Amino acid sequence: MSQPLIRVEGLSRRFDTGGGFLKAPRSMWAVRDVSLAVGQGEVLGVVGESGCGKSTLARLVLRLIEPTSGRVLLDGTDLTTLGAADLRAARRRMAMVFQDPYSSLDPRYTVADVVTEPFVVQRRPVPPGAVAEMLEAVGLPASAAAGYPHQLSGGQRQRVGIARALALHPEFLVLDEPTASLDVSIQAQIIELLSGLRDRLGLTYLFISHDLGLVRYFCDRIVVMYLGAVVEVLPDTTTAPRHPYTRALMDSSFSPDPAQRRTLAPLAGEIPSPFALPAGCAFADRCPRADARCLAERPPLDGDPAHPTACFHPL
Amino acid sequence: MSPLLELQGVSVAIAHAQLLDGISLRLDRGQILGLVGESGSGKSLTAMAAMGLLPLIGGRVTTGAIRFDGQDMVQMTEAQRRALRGRRIGFITQNPMTALDPVQRIGAQIDVVSRLHLGLSSAAARARTLELMTQLRIPEAGAVAEAWPHQLSGGMKQRIVIAMALAGEPDLIIADEPTTALDVTVQAQIIQILAALVRDRGLALLLITHDMGVVAQVCDRVAVLYAGRLAEERPVDPIFAAPAHPYTRALTLCIPRDDTARGALHGIPGAVPTALNYPSGCRFHPRCPKAVSACSATQPALVAYGEDGRVACHLPGPGAP
Repeated sequence: MSQPLIRVEGLSRRFDTGGGFLKAPRSMWAVRDVSLAVGQGEVLGVVGESGCGKSTLARLVLRLIEPTSGRVLLDGTDLTTLGAADLRAARRRMAMVFQDPYSSLDPRYTVADVVTEPFVVQRRPVPPGAVAEMLEAVGLPASAAAGYPHQLSGGQRQRVGIARALALHPEFLVLDEPTASLDVSIQAQIIELLSGLRDRLGLTYLFISHDLGLVRYFCDRIVVMYLGAVVEVLPDTTTAPRHPYTRALMDSSFSPDPAQRRTLAPLAGEIPSPFALPAGCAFADRCPRADARCLAERPPLDGDPAHPTACFHPL
Repeated sequence: MSPLLELQGVSVAIAHAQLLDGISLRLDRGQILGLVGESGSGKSLTAMAAMGLLPLIGGRVTTGAIRFDGQDMVQMTEAQRRALRGRRIGFITQNPMTALDPVQRIGAQIDVVSRLHLGLSSAAARARTLELMTQLRIPEAGAVAEAWPHQLSGGMKQRIVIAMALAGEPDLIIADEPTTALDVTVQAQIIQILAALVRDRGLALLLITHDMGVVAQVCDRVAVLYAGRLAEERPVDPIFAAPAHPYTRALTLCIPRDDTARGALHGIPGAVPTALNYPSGCRFHPRCPKAVSACSATQPALVAYGEDGRVACHLPGPGAP
């Protein structure tokens, strides 16, 4: 891997709820001790099902929410300890594309207002011709600038969201399920666009998704999360998984090819509540390989440093 | 044998907008028909028509016939249609979170279907409810029956919705994106449960989905809709191996497979037109890589294609786009 642009070290985040009238306080760890590195120019995929902490991780990396513990380093600078002015300066180098292109664009803003807002926030003048240039970079006509989000289709809105993220020429983008609410035909357009922008602008991506097929297509390395923790890091898209959960995720995504039909042994049960984490491996009660040790003890993420796995009985 | 469900040249309008145009489909017992297409292509509207629910959204069948077991639902009275729904036609919605009554216990919501449609006593209905829940691999069915919807996970709620659809002993199940709101590992469980029901009970399943992976995994036949018209309708193997309509081909190229090379994923340029500005001729021609002048001038007729298939395209079949 090339020199890491982003390093995440032992990042954790706890959320507390309840504690009101008749409600006992409860807490849950949305992200538990996550460490990872994103190399310069790399696309690192983070995959997992709902509740696995992938969106919380995305927000923690940009310090949109504060971590309970751990550090995030951008080019060696610890973002978690920066003061407001320094953080704002660091934020010029990174941006986020959100999942829902409907709620992430202000309906009262024109497209031009949306894509120039980063300049306003950073108190910088908007360079002449910047709006047309930004729209062109994401495949929208310059005439779209005067329109409002409601006049655009879902795919066009997501292009506006990408243009906004690129406004300040960042090096690093966090893409939080950018195509999850789009048709597959539009999803493929957006993935093509992101792929072209990465090549042209030398961008680094953290790509969050629940779709393992898409992640395997688009990403260089893949981080698999389950209930807030990393269970496996696949060094490339072709290496066979070693964690039983990753195997189950792969077996659960159907190939669009009737010749590859198979009778799966579907994974039993569902993801346990993060409020009542088991003492041992979080996956143990759904895992065909689990034994007494898995129920009692939490497996650390170790083994081959290029392909770490958190499992006592890897495949 | 006559088909269980047959749509013959069905056109549907809401106010002045003609939303479906001459849809013809057939579905036999023991068969799974996948209905695919992008958002706005008319999949859910076709399902609403097949259940006789169009009046609910202010729609009407302008031409054509919808035959369920030989009887034309378009000509029926509303009371006759209501007698079919729930009893002989079960429905599974996309979002199990909104399909259940939040202030009624789970068991009671399933019981009511067999009490109403099969005339069972309360005790017999509950016995049947528990049996159905067990068949759907719901652990501790007795306890779950006493639970409230908010206490169940999404996958468990969708199983309850399936149990409700099965409670009237239907012949046909219409499922509108039944797994879209679920996680992938849970989706795999639910899809396999549905496929097993069709095989074991000889049901017919009309499966509406945008997921070509699900279609490839369980469907026998596939109908592709685009902008309110049928583009192609064929058995599942040839439609994936050699799609006849450029739209079908484009849809299959949108999803990465294990062997898809970087850069080989292709979206479909543009977007589905709305009913108020459908293009002339073939409605797909503005987005079609193969389009020639005839495509914008005349609407291609739906004609027989290959073995037991139909396609509506001036230039069907393989060939350089």
